Amino acid sequence: MKLPGWLRVGRIARLVFVVALLLSGYAFADGPQATPSIYAPASTPASEIDHLSFFVLEITGAIFVVVAGLLTYVILRFRAKGSDDSEPAQIYGSNQVELAWTVIPVLIVVVLFLTTARVIFAIQDAPQPQAALNVTVVGHQFWWEYRYPKQGIVAVNELHVPVSDTTHPSPTYLKLLSADVDHSFWVPQLAGKFDLIPNHPNDMWIDPLHTGVYVGQCGQFCGVQHANMLLRVYVDTPEQFAAWVANQAKPGVQDPTAAEGRHVFETEACMNCHTVQGTAATGRFGPDLTHLMSRDTLASGVKPNTRDNLREWIRNPDTFKPGSLMPAMQLSDNQLDQVTTYLETLK
Amino acid sequence: MADQTLPIHGSLDLTPPREQENTWLDILHDWVITVDHKKLGLMYMMMAIFFLLVGGAEAILIRIQLAVPDHHFISPQTFNRLFTMHGTTMVFLVGMPLVFAWGNYIIPLQVGARDMAFPRLNAFSFWLTLLGGLFLYYSFIGGPGLYGTGSAPDVTWWAYAPLTARAFSPGNATDYWALALIVTGFGTLGGGINIIATAISMRCKGMTLMRMPLFTWLLLVDSGLLLVTITPLTAAQIMLVIDRYLGAHFFDTQAGGQAYLWMHFFWIFGHPEVYVLVFPAFAIASEVIPVFSRKAIFGYPAMVAASVGIGFVSLGVWAHHMFTVGMTSAGNAFFVLSTMLVGIPTGIKIFNWVATMWGGKIRFHTPMLFCVGFLFQFLIAGLTGIMLSVAPWNWQLHGSYFVIAHFHYVLVGAIVFNVFAGIYYWFPKATGRMMNETLGKWHFWLFFIGFHVTFDTMHFAGLEGMPRWIYTYPADRGWAHLNLVISIGGVIQAVAVLIFAFNLFWSLFKGKIAGNDPWDAWTLEWATSSPPPVYNFATDPVVHSRRPLWDLKHPEDPDWKYE
Repeated sequence: MKLPGWLRVGRIARLVFVVALLLSGYAFADGPQATPSIYAPASTPASEIDHLSFFVLEITGAIFVVVAGLLTYVILRFRAKGSDDSEPAQIYGSNQVELAWTVIPVLIVVVLFLTTARVIFAIQDAPQPQAALNVTVVGHQFWWEYRYPKQGIVAVNELHVPVSDTTHPSPTYLKLLSADVDHSFWVPQLAGKFDLIPNHPNDMWIDPLHTGVYVGQCGQFCGVQHANMLLRVYVDTPEQFAAWVANQAKPGVQDPTAAEGRHVFETEACMNCHTVQGTAATGRFGPDLTHLMSRDTLASGVKPNTRDNLREWIRNPDTFKPGSLMPAMQLSDNQLDQVTTYLETLK
Repeated sequence: MADQTLPIHGSLDLTPPREQENTWLDILHDWVITVDHKKLGLMYMMMAIFFLLVGGAEAILIRIQLAVPDHHFISPQTFNRLFTMHGTTMVFLVGMPLVFAWGNYIIPLQVGARDMAFPRLNAFSFWLTLLGGLFLYYSFIGGPGLYGTGSAPDVTWWAYAPLTARAFSPGNATDYWALALIVTGFGTLGGGINIIATAISMRCKGMTLMRMPLFTWLLLVDSGLLLVTITPLTAAQIMLVIDRYLGAHFFDTQAGGQAYLWMHFFWIFGHPEVYVLVFPAFAIASEVIPVFSRKAIFGYPAMVAASVGIGFVSLGVWAHHMFTVGMTSAGNAFFVLSTMLVGIPTGIKIFNWVATMWGGKIRFHTPMLFCVGFLFQFLIAGLTGIMLSVAPWNWQLHGSYFVIAHFHYVLVGAIVFNVFAGIYYWFPKATGRMMNETLGKWHFWLFFIGFHVTFDTMHFAGLEGMPRWIYTYPADRGWAHLNLVISIGGVIQAVAVLIFAFNLFWSLFKGKIAGNDPWDAWTLEWATSSPPPVYNFATDPVVHSRRPLWDLKHPEDPDWKYE
């Protein structure tokens, strides 16, 4: 006898699960979400995981219903009643029963394993197509550096990639490196996480199907400000992406009205750690600032990139990110204004 | 303490005890120099309960900080120390001492011996474990670190390289962590050797291995597992200290070392360690469930085989903690399969416990309530474990709150629940008094509700992309209401634990007198007085089946006819 669809255990498990997710405030919609749920996939690896996870949920849900049901029945049915002091019949075991509850789980494991293995190979060993974009991600305490080797540009904290579509896939392949300790690149809507480990390059890929900003963050403890090593992935239309690349490839803007600020930047310690292309500042320890103003956020996504926030960040980075590796340089108010003005010209 | 009330005739020495001096200094001296397995077991237990309260307080501070977004209750440095110390404490200073608390107190009584095989090694192991713990906590006041003195370790309880290198962890906080674990590690090895020797060679006449109580069987397998797993941890800690002080480069990536190497060392310890911690919970369930269901354990040989099977398979699953570090696809597939295989013997155990209850006359006293909670929660923990073993899904879930929820389901939902069950069950044996049943029920229901409010909710935070180890989170991520609920559940659990602590003290002085065998149980520890005399049994007991006291209470229908 075939049960009607809505009565099948898997469907029920799925329904219960989706209702629970709804209750916990999760919104079902395409494209980027404020809450980076793994159940709002917007890229092939994330979708494959989403499908696999529901298959696994159906099987484990069915096991739960059977075993928990059995346990509930036993608790209700076999309670000791009132004053009956006699001992129940003693049963020591049964080989047939033991065999049954060994063989059935073995079969379930075989099914789960084969399904899982298929998805592992499909995601991990997917060959890189010609049209793919290559980006090298370098993890730092506590920010992200993105190198685009073919485009010859370096971006910071906000990763820009072109949108992909199912007919003409243009995925982005990420090579994961670390400059110091272990980090992990996790944008749940786009893919599972992979770690950035020193001396051990890793690879992963994404092919986002909707434009917008996807959020995530470092997934492996990396030190005092691990919590604020936030990730933002900007999925652009091909035109937007080309325009962004063209802007990033330019050297830093030389605005004579900000010469005082540039002088502060180059004579105080800023340039020891930061680069501004086309100037004497070539430090590599901190983020490249050549196109600082093209970014929406400061300090790896902690604050919006406004003049006030930028000034406060330079004055004392610990205000926003206590323990960040950027020192407070003890600049005077005047110097702060000047250097902020200079940085604001770096479009 | 009339001998006639005991099922085994002559099991007590009825000559009156010598007069004892009873100043508090004498009592203290007596406890410090003791090599008696019961006193050492109780000291292990007191140590575990003390550190459980400390680790719990750390968890509450963590939950206050995370209850609302962008909270400034404690600094990021403090937060990182708190979760590092919470994890390290709960695993090494609560979970491990509990193994030996149960092993020491119960095993000699259950196998009819007068003490553990090596009483002095036993005392030595306890003091090493305790001093290692105190040493670790001394770092709070004595460890000069990056932010001045008073710097506890803040590198997570995994302490992944190269964060532990001197370049990234200056000061001594990390050294306190490594050295404390080396010290407690040696204590653990001594305790493990002792349990193995006792279970193998101290059993009374008639107790063949296949008549040994399941409790003792599980702790025997547990101790074997422990000898295999503590060793690589200790080796890795020594390598870390050599890296930090003698300039070696095992894990120092900036000089060509391998961060990878630490992960393998740590997890080949770390995963079997979970089973080391959970086996005492299985052991307690295997005693409490039959007694309160009034039935013999179902499928004893299958239970023994499943325990040994879990022990073996658990040694081959460690890299399922490393699905995201970039192993080959074939490597990932291997560890998916080995991890799923653990589910089979584990499932056998759950089915056998349920089958034991089937057809019984179940009495829901507090120990049984905790064991039933354990069965439900351990079932769910096992199923979320299957989910996490699915490598692609693990790429999403690893390092998220889903994982936190999963392992707290094991560590709290299974282990802590059964530790409570065990304490309510054997407290009368150890003290001669019953624990208060009303307070016990309050304790159970509050703890049960608080547990589910906290840890059920955590799964959803993980599915919504919330990573672990973060001291704060932006308000616009949509995790705020979940975190508030999680924190409220934490407070409910704390209240329940305080009720438990009160119950312990109250019952110690005011509890109902228990008698020697209050639960009408079947293993040998109930054949001596409560509390047992120093020598346990005046004459060596002789057993003929797995349930010697059942045979004595039911001479018309003894077990040995059927086994």
